Amino acid sequence: MEDLKRIIDSLHPLERKVIPFLEKYSTTEEISKNSGMLDLEVIRALQWLQNKNIVSIETKEIKFASLTGKAERLPERIVMQNLDKNYKTLDELRKKTNLTNQELNACIGLLKKENLIEISRDKTLRIKLNKNSDKWSAEKTPEEKLFENLKKGKIAFEKLNAEEKNAFGNLHRRGIVTEEKIKKISAKLTEIGKRLLKEKIETDVIDHLTPEILREKLWINKKIRGYDIKASVPKIQRGRRHFVDQTIEYVKKIWLDLGFIELQGNIVQTSFWNMDALFIPQDHSAREMQDTFFLGNKGEILRGKIPADMLESIRKVHENGIGSGRGWGGRWKSETAKEVLLRTHTTVLSALALSKLKKENLPAKFFSIGKVYRNEALDWKHLFEFYQVEGIVVDPKANLRNLIGYLKEFYRKMGFEKIRVKPSFFPYTSPSMEIAVWHSKKKEWIEVGGAGIFRPEVTKPLLGFECPVLAWGQGLERILVDYYKIKDLREIYSNDLKMLREIKEFAKWQ
Amino acid sequence: MAVINVNKEEFLHLVGKKISNKEIEDAVNALGMDLEKIEGNEITVDITANRPDLLSQSGLAGAVSSFLDIKKGLRKYEVRKSKYAVNIENAFGRWPYVACAVVKGAILDDERIKEIIQLQEKLGATFLRNRKKGGIGLYPLKNIKFPVRYTCETPEKIKFRPLGFSKPATAFEILETHSTGREYADIMSSWEKFPVFLDAAEKIMSMPPIINSEDMGRVMEDTREVFIETTGTDFRTINYALNIVVSSLVDMGGKVYSVKLLKGKKTIETPDFNPEEMKFDINYINRLLGLNMNEAVLRKLFLRMGYGIKNKNTVLVPALRTDIMHQTDLAEDAAVAYGYENLKEEIPEVFTIAEENKLEIFKKKIAEIMCGLGLLEVHSYNLTSRINQAEKMHTAVKCVELANAINEEYNVLRAWVIPSLLNILSGNKHNEYPQNLFEIGDVFKYNDSRESGVEEFVRLGVCKCHNGVSFTDIKQVLDSLMHALDLNYEIKDAEHNSFIPGRVGRISARGTDIAYIGEIHPQVLSEFNLELPVVVLELNLSELFRIV
Repeated sequence: MEDLKRIIDSLHPLERKVIPFLEKYSTTEEISKNSGMLDLEVIRALQWLQNKNIVSIETKEIKFASLTGKAERLPERIVMQNLDKNYKTLDELRKKTNLTNQELNACIGLLKKENLIEISRDKTLRIKLNKNSDKWSAEKTPEEKLFENLKKGKIAFEKLNAEEKNAFGNLHRRGIVTEEKIKKISAKLTEIGKRLLKEKIETDVIDHLTPEILREKLWINKKIRGYDIKASVPKIQRGRRHFVDQTIEYVKKIWLDLGFIELQGNIVQTSFWNMDALFIPQDHSAREMQDTFFLGNKGEILRGKIPADMLESIRKVHENGIGSGRGWGGRWKSETAKEVLLRTHTTVLSALALSKLKKENLPAKFFSIGKVYRNEALDWKHLFEFYQVEGIVVDPKANLRNLIGYLKEFYRKMGFEKIRVKPSFFPYTSPSMEIAVWHSKKKEWIEVGGAGIFRPEVTKPLLGFECPVLAWGQGLERILVDYYKIKDLREIYSNDLKMLREIKEFAKWQ
Repeated sequence: MAVINVNKEEFLHLVGKKISNKEIEDAVNALGMDLEKIEGNEITVDITANRPDLLSQSGLAGAVSSFLDIKKGLRKYEVRKSKYAVNIENAFGRWPYVACAVVKGAILDDERIKEIIQLQEKLGATFLRNRKKGGIGLYPLKNIKFPVRYTCETPEKIKFRPLGFSKPATAFEILETHSTGREYADIMSSWEKFPVFLDAAEKIMSMPPIINSEDMGRVMEDTREVFIETTGTDFRTINYALNIVVSSLVDMGGKVYSVKLLKGKKTIETPDFNPEEMKFDINYINRLLGLNMNEAVLRKLFLRMGYGIKNKNTVLVPALRTDIMHQTDLAEDAAVAYGYENLKEEIPEVFTIAEENKLEIFKKKIAEIMCGLGLLEVHSYNLTSRINQAEKMHTAVKCVELANAINEEYNVLRAWVIPSLLNILSGNKHNEYPQNLFEIGDVFKYNDSRESGVEEFVRLGVCKCHNGVSFTDIKQVLDSLMHALDLNYEIKDAEHNSFIPGRVGRISARGTDIAYIGEIHPQVLSEFNLELPVVVLELNLSELFRIV
C-alpha cells in the first residue's frame, strides 16, 4: 500500500490525466480523442508509465496506402476529358491538361493499351478518341476508384481487397500513390496499473515550483508531486584536472608532509649538469645519441656555456677522483660536457640545488616532480617523455639506515606497508639500492625505484665540502598505471576526451 | 646491465659447496645482481655495470663462495716468469695500449669455449663500451712465433683471412663484408692507420679491436696453451679486462705466464694481479652506514667481499675489481656483506620546513580557475613536429630543434600550446561537444643569454570548440581569469596568420605583453580537419606570475 502511495505521489500531471482513460482505451488515438490531450503528450505519458511499470506498451508498425501528390483526378481522366473525336496535337493537349511530358506519355500509352484512342503519325503526332471511349467515360477503372477513396484519407493496407491491391501496385509504379509506415502505440495496464485505477489520483498537483506559486503561497493545501528519483539523468560535462596532474598533486603532498622543499627547473640542460656533475663517465652509454635527445640542427649538437672554474673542478674529479681515491682515468672533454640535451632525469635539479646550497642552511631536504626524456620509440611500454619523482636529504649526520627510514615512511604514505631494498648500482650513488614495495592486492613485490647516498665525487665539487646526501626517485607513471589500471602507456597522453571526462579521480591510493 | 648464462654444475664446483637454488638466488641478489632464472643446468643472471668481474662464471662463483664464507678473502694468482715478448713499435696513437698474458694447461671443452666467448663479448659490450675502449683477442700459443710485434699499418697493406672466412681479405673488405667488421667499423671510421699484431714470421695475427686471423687466432677444444692480448685507449681498463679473462682461464685449470712488453727502452710485464692498497677510516664507514662496528666485524665483512686485509686501516683490493674508486665503495661493500636486510631503518629527528614552489602554486590556482569555468584539462608532449607548430598554423614560428629526432612526428620542442590543443580537437571529432579545453605546459625559445641557449616559459592554452562558439566565449574566459587575479588588461588589434583578421587581439597587463586571443582561421581549421569554429587564448603564465 505504501508503494502504491509513493507511485501515485510521483506521477507527472500528464500521467495523472492519462491513467483513467486506460480503463477503456488502449491506442494513442483513442486516448487523445477522448481526453483532449495532444498525441505527443499521450505518448510521453505512456512511456513514463511504462518506466514505472504501470502500463505495458506494444508498438506495431502499420502500412498505409496514401496519395503522393494533391491531384484532384487521375491524369488519364484529365487527358480523356480534353480529347474528342477530332485529332489534337501533343502540344495542344499539354497546354490544356497542364501535365508534364512524362505524365502525358504515360497516359497516352495507357489509353492506347485500353484501346480508347487513335494515334496518327502523319507529320506530327496527333490523337483523338475512338468509338470505345464513350463507354469508358461513364465507368470508373479500379485505379480510379482507389484514387477517389484515397482522396478522403489514407487506408490501412490490410483493409484493401485484391483488386485494390493490384490497382495500388499500378499506381505505385507511376508514383501516384505511396506506402506509408506508421507506428501505432497501444498500452495495457499492468497489475499495478489496475490497482492504481481504484485509487484516488489527484490531477491538480504542482510539478515545478514557480516564483508565482511561492509568492502567492499557492502550494498550501496542494500536492507537490514526488519524482522518480531512481530514473537516470543526462550526463553533465564538468571542468576537471587531467589525471596525471591529479597524481602529481597527490605525490607532491606526501613530500610536503615530510618537510621537503620543492625544486623546479629547466628541461633543457647541458650534459655538464645532467651527467658530468653527477660523475657519469663521458663514455657512459646514457650519453650516446641513441639513448638521449640532444638539441641541435642536422646532427650538429648545440653547446651551452659553463663557467671555466666549474668545468675545471669537475674535470679534476673525473680524471683523478677525490682525495686519495681515483677517477675514471682518460681525458675529460669540456666540449662533451657542453652538449645541450633534454634532461634524462630530475637528478639534474638535485645537482643544481646542491651547487647553490650553503653550509648554514643544513640540514635541507628537496624534492622534484618533472618531465624527463629518453630517446625511445613510443610503444605500449615505452614513453620518450615521462615524469620522474625524486628527493634528496642533505644532512651531515645522515646515513644509510636513515635512507631506509625515509623510504619506508615515503612508501607507507604512498600506501605500501612493506618495502624491500637490495644492493644496486648507479654511477652517482654509493651505497646504491633498488626499492621494491609489497603490493597487497597483487600479492607480489614490485620494483618501484632506486636510491642511494650521493658519491663524494658528486657532492664535494657541488657543495664545496663533503656531506652525505640521501637520494631516491622513481617514475611517476609507475604509480599511475597501477592506480588507473592502464595497460598501454601511450593511453596516458593520448588525450582521448571521453577517457579524460570519465576516468576516476586520484582520490584514495590503496 | 648485461645478462649472462652460467653452467650450474660448473658454478657449484667453483663455489666449492653444494647449495640449493634458493641459496644461489639469495646470494646472487644480496650481492646486488638480479638472478633471472635457474632452469635445469643453466643459471641466468643480470650483472650490473659496475661489476664486470662478475661477467664470468668463475668471477660470479668466486664472489658467491666468498660471500657465503666458503672460500673467502683475497684470491691469489701466481704469475710465472716467461720469455714471451711483445714489441710495441709505432703503436697507433688512437689505440696505443697493450696488455698480454699466456695461460697454459686450461682444459677447454665446447662449453668452456662458449663461456670464454660469452665473457669476451659481454666485456666488450659493457666494460669496453662496445669495443670503443678496448678489445680482447685469444690465440693458440702453438701458432705464434715470438717475439710478437704490435704496430699499425695503412689499411691498404693489411690482408689476412679473418675468422670464419675461407679466403684472405683486405682491411676494408673485412669492415664492409665481415659481420663483426660491419658491427664495429664505426670505431675506425676516422683512423688513417689500423692496429695489427704480427708474429716473428710476419704473419698477421689480428686487427684489433675487430677480428683475429682464422689461421692464427682460432681457439679449439684441443687448445691447451693460450696467448691473450687486450688493446685499447686506456691502460688501466685493458689490464682489468685481461685480468678478468685470465682469472677465468685459471679456474679452468690454467697456469699463468707473464709476457714482456717492450716499448723503446721501457719494459713492463703483464698480467699484474697485485692487489691495490686502499686506506679506510672505520669511523667514516660506521657514520655513512649508521652502524657501530668494531674492527673485527668490519674485517670479516671485507673478507666476505673478497678483499685482503693489510692492516687495521688498509685493505687489499682484488685486481679484478674495477669499481673501487673511493672508500665510499668500501663502505658500500661492507653494507652488502652486512646485508641490506639487516640494516634497521631509522628516521632521524631533523627539523626542516616544507615549501611548495611559488610558480607551481600559481599554476595550480590557474588550473582551479579554469576548472571552475567548466574547462577540461589536457596534457600534451612538449616534443612535437615542426609541421604541427608552424606549417599547419600558417605561421613562421621558430622552434627549438632536436639533433637526433626519432621521426618527423617528434622533432622539435613546442614554441606555443595552441597547436597542441588543435591537434587534440582534431583527434576527438567522434567525441561529444562542446569541447572546451585547457592545458598548462612548457614552451621553448632559443635565447643565447641562457646557459643552455634555450629559455623556457610556462603557458596556459585555452580552446573552446562547438557549433556557435564565438570570440565572446573566449573573451569571457580571459575576463574571468583577469578579474580573479585582480588585474586590468588592455587588448589591441593584432595581425596573426593563424587567426581570422579582425578577430585576433594581443593582451597586455602592467605594460607587459602576456597573451594572444582570437578565433582560428578557417584555413588553419581545415589543416586540422576541423569542421567547427574554434576560439583560443594563449597566456604566458611565467610573465603573469611576475606581474601579478
